[in-house]
Amino acid sequence: MKNDSVSLTIDGKPVQAPAGTTLLLAAKDNGIDIPTLCYHPELKPEGHCRLCVVEIGAAPSTRLVNSCTYPVEPGLVVQTASAKVLASRRMVLELLMAQAPAAEIIKQMAADLGVIETRFTKGDPAARCILCGQCVRTCREVAGVSAISMAFRTPKKRVATPFKEESEACIGCGSCVFICPTGTIAYTEKDGIRTVWGRKFELQPCAKCGNYIGPKAQLEHWAKLTGDPVESFYTCKDCR
Amino acid sequence: MPKFESMNHLEEYRGRLLSSRNPQEPQVLVCGGPGCLPVGSEEVAAAFQAELKQRGLNGKVVLKESGCQGLCAKAVKVMFRPQEIAYQQVTAEDVPEIVEETLVKGKIIDKFCYQDPDDGSVKAYKSKVPFYQGQRLIVLGKMDLIDPTSLDDYLAAGGYQALQKVFDGMSPEAVIDAVERSGLRGRGGGGFPTGRKWRLCRQAPGDIKYLICNGDEGDPGAFMDRAVMEGDPHAVLEGMIIGAYAIGAIQGYIYVRHEYPLAVKRLALAIDQARDAGLLGADLLGSGFSFDVKISKGAGAFVCGEETALIASMEGDIGEPHPRPPYPAVAGLWGKPTVINNVETWANIPAIMSHGPEWYAAIGTENSKGTKVFSLVGAVNHTGLVEVPMGTTLRQMVYDLGGGIRGGGEFKAVQTGGPSGGCIPKQFLDLPVDYDSLQSVGSIMGSGGMIVMDETSCMVDVARYFLSFLHDESCGKCTPCREGTKHLLEILTEITNGNGTEEHIPLMEELCDAMAAASLCGLGQSAVNPVLSTLKYFREEYEAHIREKKCPALVCRPLLKYTVDPETCTGCLACVRECPADAIHGEAAEPHLIDQELCVKCGMCHAVCKFDAVKVES
Repeated sequence: MKNDSVSLTIDGKPVQAPAGTTLLLAAKDNGIDIPTLCYHPELKPEGHCRLCVVEIGAAPSTRLVNSCTYPVEPGLVVQTASAKVLASRRMVLELLMAQAPAAEIIKQMAADLGVIETRFTKGDPAARCILCGQCVRTCREVAGVSAISMAFRTPKKRVATPFKEESEACIGCGSCVFICPTGTIAYTEKDGIRTVWGRKFELQPCAKCGNYIGPKAQLEHWAKLTGDPVESFYTCKDCR
Repeated sequence: MPKFESMNHLEEYRGRLLSSRNPQEPQVLVCGGPGCLPVGSEEVAAAFQAELKQRGLNGKVVLKESGCQGLCAKAVKVMFRPQEIAYQQVTAEDVPEIVEETLVKGKIIDKFCYQDPDDGSVKAYKSKVPFYQGQRLIVLGKMDLIDPTSLDDYLAAGGYQALQKVFDGMSPEAVIDAVERSGLRGRGGGGFPTGRKWRLCRQAPGDIKYLICNGDEGDPGAFMDRAVMEGDPHAVLEGMIIGAYAIGAIQGYIYVRHEYPLAVKRLALAIDQARDAGLLGADLLGSGFSFDVKISKGAGAFVCGEETALIASMEGDIGEPHPRPPYPAVAGLWGKPTVINNVETWANIPAIMSHGPEWYAAIGTENSKGTKVFSLVGAVNHTGLVEVPMGTTLRQMVYDLGGGIRGGGEFKAVQTGGPSGGCIPKQFLDLPVDYDSLQSVGSIMGSGGMIVMDETSCMVDVARYFLSFLHDESCGKCTPCREGTKHLLEILTEITNGNGTEEHIPLMEELCDAMAAASLCGLGQSAVNPVLSTLKYFREEYEAHIREKKCPALVCRPLLKYTVDPETCTGCLACVRECPADAIHGEAAEPHLIDQELCVKCGMCHAVCKFDAVKVES
């Protein structure tokens, strides 16, 4: 199956794509860029943001699907920048501008599509989170600890640790902070202490150079995963 | 109850059961449905039990608590068999009189019967009551016939005969063919052809397949599935067993919300009974086919009625929908091929198999076959649970079954399909109720909610109300639904508060288009229906709110003005005393005056004035 290729049409151009791939990747392989927010190549796509929608099918029975999860199908006709797609994309960005007025990336992406200001009532001017869920998926799929998750429904929906308390599962790795497209997640490092999600993590200095490697909790997590003694992680990658 | 080893064994038992029952034996069935239970049906049943015992009628009259008998407006309902006399508005205090007159002397008591509002004639028999006359009872057929806690009752009414027919020489493919030929479409709202869904699942590769009954009914005012689960749980199980055989499923689940405790209890009892009788478990009826059913309780999120969210919830994950494909028929519960059908869909299966697909397909319209159960509620005289052939017109629903508008008012609109359905105006009263017709006017079949509104409803306020529900129930996963419902609600609130602007209407229309097109699941895609349909059919009401700051239906409080007509006011002080804002001035026997600055527009003065001296205008 893996070697099978599928013929479809994207933006009027006949293209070949490997079976099982998504419309987003098929378009990308053919030089067609589709804007995304919640998509990350290392994470399972979930279709949160709806920015990557494309129009599929033949008129008049076309519909929008999110390209990050929709698989290529033989003979499928795809439009990545039709009037309907662009209208939807602009509306999504306009909504996100009102939701997270402080998120710079949203303003830039909106400006790229000609949206300068939102017509909707803006929320907290300092708000940045767009609930794309990349942090949650990173914590689950990459860090492997699931210390944070989506909590509540609208209008209270947010990313949170269980019961909004200090999470015992969190290893302080900061992957969530790194992946967040809008810089939402508060994170500080001072005097050998990293603070994230309201919990303080003691940082482990390198046994050779003395530079901080990472939180002790993270090194302990690695030791548990690999079965190696935790001390074997006390040398930073530069000194190893 | 024995454990049935074979189909013959079950048939022998049924034969003995029927011959032991005297069809002429008097039976009293007290409705224990969702409408009657809160009004005191248990007390009525207890009163019958006590009264029958006291009179030594215990062995002579059979007393049962049945499922929903419809016509919930007239709770508590009591049915007398074999005559099929339908009593209504019975209280525990009435029971001694009813036992004496009706059961002992055989006399019908007029005051407990339906009375025709036009000529006052008494309709004692169910078949004569207009509410039931336009109905075709398939799913609700056993509601006023059996005790839902008795497997014997279900068997005596022909239960599990469809399963016997299936096991008696029908291949799984033949079952799927039959369901396909019947034209049955999913009753949960989507209307996807049931047979096709089953076929996709059967053809999906994999040895392990699952089957789910979606009992997560959550629309405000809807109780169709609840009534079926509570009133005829074995019909749901029988449908599921037939479906499992057809698709090759080993395990079934019934997903019910925990707010339906009686449904959970009745289903659990039915599952235990079926297991003990060899109708669930290994080697059902000696057929070689094995299947079991478990209950999975939901925590009550509206979005969990969406199939992918339901599966996520069952797997212990957050009840959020996931993009399709893959469809559950290919990769559903635990990644295995899964068929999800709604309660009513499953409950239709035994009848289709018993009577044949052609019989079923002869009922209804070209593309919508069979019947549909609706909870007919709102401004009609006869609210209740109804089952009508597809294609019955809205006018028949409202005026024949529903008995017209309550209080003699004017019909204004009917909202079909639950909170995300559209509001259908008067000019479509003759529209046949089927999947395609409803869609053509901007509404949906949904799971069968039907809310009738009269001229006292403000359509802007109605749209605002439904959006507030949908906003609260949006899971918040995708941007258009989460943020879209929020801003629609905000704009609608502004308009009903008198702060609407000319820009609001086009902005809502643009937002609705994007939400309908780009939302992840059906909740967001259909959340726009109440707004778009009211904008389309009742645009002048929006314009009155925005341009003239008036609410023509006199509903939106900030736009109302209360005044006292000095000519009519007797100076009785009733409004002065009741006004919570101390906004009414006046002395006894002097006309009162409302201080507009202080008035909070609560309407209390209007409600308490016995002389109709308080005027409300917008």
